[in-house]
Amino acid sequence: MKFKTLATATLTTVLAASPVLADLVFPSLSYRTGPYAAGGIPFADGYADYFTLLNERDGGIGGVATRVIECETAYNTEKGVECYESTKGEGSLVYQPLSTGITYQLIPKASADGIPLHTMGYGRTSAANGKVFEWVFNYPANYWNGASHAINHILDINGGDISGKKVALVYHNSAYGKEPIRTLEELSAKHGFDFMPIAVDHPGQEQKSQWLQIRRERPDYTLMWGWGVMNQVAIQEAANIRYPMENFIGVWWSGSENDVLPAGEGADGYKSLNMHNVGSDFPIFDDIQQYVVDAGKAAGAGDQIGSVLYNRGLYAAMLAAEAARKAQEIHGVEEITAAMMRDGMETLEITEARMAELGMPNFGPEFSVSCENHGGPGLGAVQQWDATAKTWELISDFKQSDIEVINALIEEDSQAYAAENGITPRDC
Amino acid sequence: MFYREAGDFKTSYASDGQTFPILFDRWRYYIVVGFAFVVVPLFLTEYLASAVLIPFLIWSIIAIGLNILTGYCGQVSLGTGGFMAVGAYACYKFMTGLDVWYVTQCAGGTNLFLLCTGDATYELLFRLPAFNILLSVLMGGLTTAAVGLLFGLPSLRIKGFYLAVATLAAQFFLIWLFNKWSWSYNFSASGQINAPTRSFLGFEISGPTADAVPKYLFCLVIAFVLAWFARNLTRGRLGRSWMAIRDMDIAAEIIGVNPLTAKLSAFAISSFFVGVGGALFFSVYLGAVEVGEAFGINKSFLALFMIIIGGLGSIFGSFAGAAFIVLMPVLLKNIMVGGLGWPTDIAAHFEFIILGGLIIFFLIVEPHGLAALWRTIKEKLRLWPFPH
Repeated sequence: MKFKTLATATLTTVLAASPVLADLVFPSLSYRTGPYAAGGIPFADGYADYFTLLNERDGGIGGVATRVIECETAYNTEKGVECYESTKGEGSLVYQPLSTGITYQLIPKASADGIPLHTMGYGRTSAANGKVFEWVFNYPANYWNGASHAINHILDINGGDISGKKVALVYHNSAYGKEPIRTLEELSAKHGFDFMPIAVDHPGQEQKSQWLQIRRERPDYTLMWGWGVMNQVAIQEAANIRYPMENFIGVWWSGSENDVLPAGEGADGYKSLNMHNVGSDFPIFDDIQQYVVDAGKAAGAGDQIGSVLYNRGLYAAMLAAEAARKAQEIHGVEEITAAMMRDGMETLEITEARMAELGMPNFGPEFSVSCENHGGPGLGAVQQWDATAKTWELISDFKQSDIEVINALIEEDSQAYAAENGITPRDC
Repeated sequence: MFYREAGDFKTSYASDGQTFPILFDRWRYYIVVGFAFVVVPLFLTEYLASAVLIPFLIWSIIAIGLNILTGYCGQVSLGTGGFMAVGAYACYKFMTGLDVWYVTQCAGGTNLFLLCTGDATYELLFRLPAFNILLSVLMGGLTTAAVGLLFGLPSLRIKGFYLAVATLAAQFFLIWLFNKWSWSYNFSASGQINAPTRSFLGFEISGPTADAVPKYLFCLVIAFVLAWFARNLTRGRLGRSWMAIRDMDIAAEIIGVNPLTAKLSAFAISSFFVGVGGALFFSVYLGAVEVGEAFGINKSFLALFMIIIGGLGSIFGSFAGAAFIVLMPVLLKNIMVGGLGWPTDIAAHFEFIILGGLIIFFLIVEPHGLAALWRTIKEKLRLWPFPH
């Protein structure tokens, strides 16, 4: 009798431990610790909550439950590798590491393993060329689009002429921060503005000398490519030297509540780019309240709902879920594989009607992905911080970037990658 | 009962002076090596290789390197991360074909052939063919040895904490250099370096399609050869001169040890080990590297912790320290997240607490590190089960 109990117990443990096959696995390489946790937590919460909502409300995607495996990377590449290796055998459909460093590491690995990688608004920009990067996607917008959006915004303010103006770029001294430099150099030649890159080393807590330089040089506009604690420090320093905030524009990773709140009133008027809408004034948030929060199933502490980065996590999850749905449609099976997921991502089409159906009307731009273009149209908007109301507000529509300049750069960089790694671009 | 000399007769000086003079110990060593070379590859999974064993072997090489400098020669170094970066970037340049450029036109400055003080136009002088992985790793080590020699020069004048600060300068300077000098990362837009596929004896070692077993065996062979080399080096004349310098440099000088050769050879050989480790860290383990993130100051501290916890002046201690620092977090994570199902952030915080607690506990119980603990256990086992 005793032996039987023991055997049953062992059997149950084995069954419980082995992965349940009938589900769609979305690994989340999150970072809830370390110097970048302030950005990592809301994104991971949004990502997890959307899949919880799908499971609770609709019973998953196409009737198959979803499963989010979280793995802590602390924004560290070694832990990122460990997380990737430990989760790839679980039937993972798509990786979203939320770190440009980890993305660079995973591009060759995931391509060799045949698992798609979606780096929404980060990672390697030239991955937009689907002929070379078969498994990597960076729709709906990438860094070079971002650089162009910022310059276009400055052009709009100045009536289309910015020759002779001085534009500084305060950037995180890493692959992430260096990404826009080439585009900005190109644009500076095109529009005739002076470009001044200023590097800030990881993690960016010390920026006195950089802001002294800005105070001395007095650039007309300052752009920022920052992440984590670097953003808060930069905005505080800009407020300290009384830099006109409306001339200070961050990329979409430098525009969350965490970044502007510490500077208080001083941050009023600060601008940043965005690729989706802000706030919690969408029908989907009622569902999240009902099915996720009230059911006690919210990820993390549940206090991030409606913040900019939470919405971005939600948006990323929505795009992944829609791609999975598309893949189910194309292949006619419910339990899709990573290769089918890739086909779904490649034929993804996000329309206003579909977003409204999902309870997210006007949440992001309409776009479609194709075999040769993995980057989407690169639409982006500008948002501005209101320090008294403590809210972000979109002050422009989702606009087009300077595709002509960017496509040439993407072609050049992706061809260099293909040559370096012996990849023959596929036909599309 | 174990580790007994009784009945183990030595009939030559060579057998008396061997590394493992006790028969039981020798057999234990053979079994461990045999296990690592034969049994482990049979059961190797990709996760085990790339998340556990390869980083452990690479960190062991680095820890041995630092142990030569700090544990044997007594020169404190905080530049390990910077030297790893030199190894990694040199390996990258040799893997992709080292290119040398010269100045054709130099507007508004003097033309020094390779350098120009004004605006320069460069042209390619020559490009070496791409090396295989073993040669690239060795070249990474040799380049680092040269750089280490250079940064070892201040050690002839300054000691202790002051030397630590001088090597700290090396750390910051080298990281800055590899961020700034676009030649070092082949002019890529992002400043990242990516390891292309390179093979050795027909097996792919680096690159995304390389299998776990050849990668593991490649690292194991290098770690084994270097550990064997280090062990014998430290038992010989050079190692004894290092230890003499460590124990009291003035006395060593009086009995005829040349501090210049002793200190600089320690710097060069230590940097060679660290450089090889850095080259493997980039090419075999990570595959893509960003200098500030992968080789920052925390890597220097990590290596220093390894040898302090493992045991200064001990080859076994280097392995033990690397195992403790590399394997423990992975083990704890798998127990807490995989086994107990805890939230990842709580597990990550607990990892810090447990690791920190264990470090303090070990250092209180055995200030000379895990190697000394191992020695005590061996002593105890000799007498067991009769303690007197």
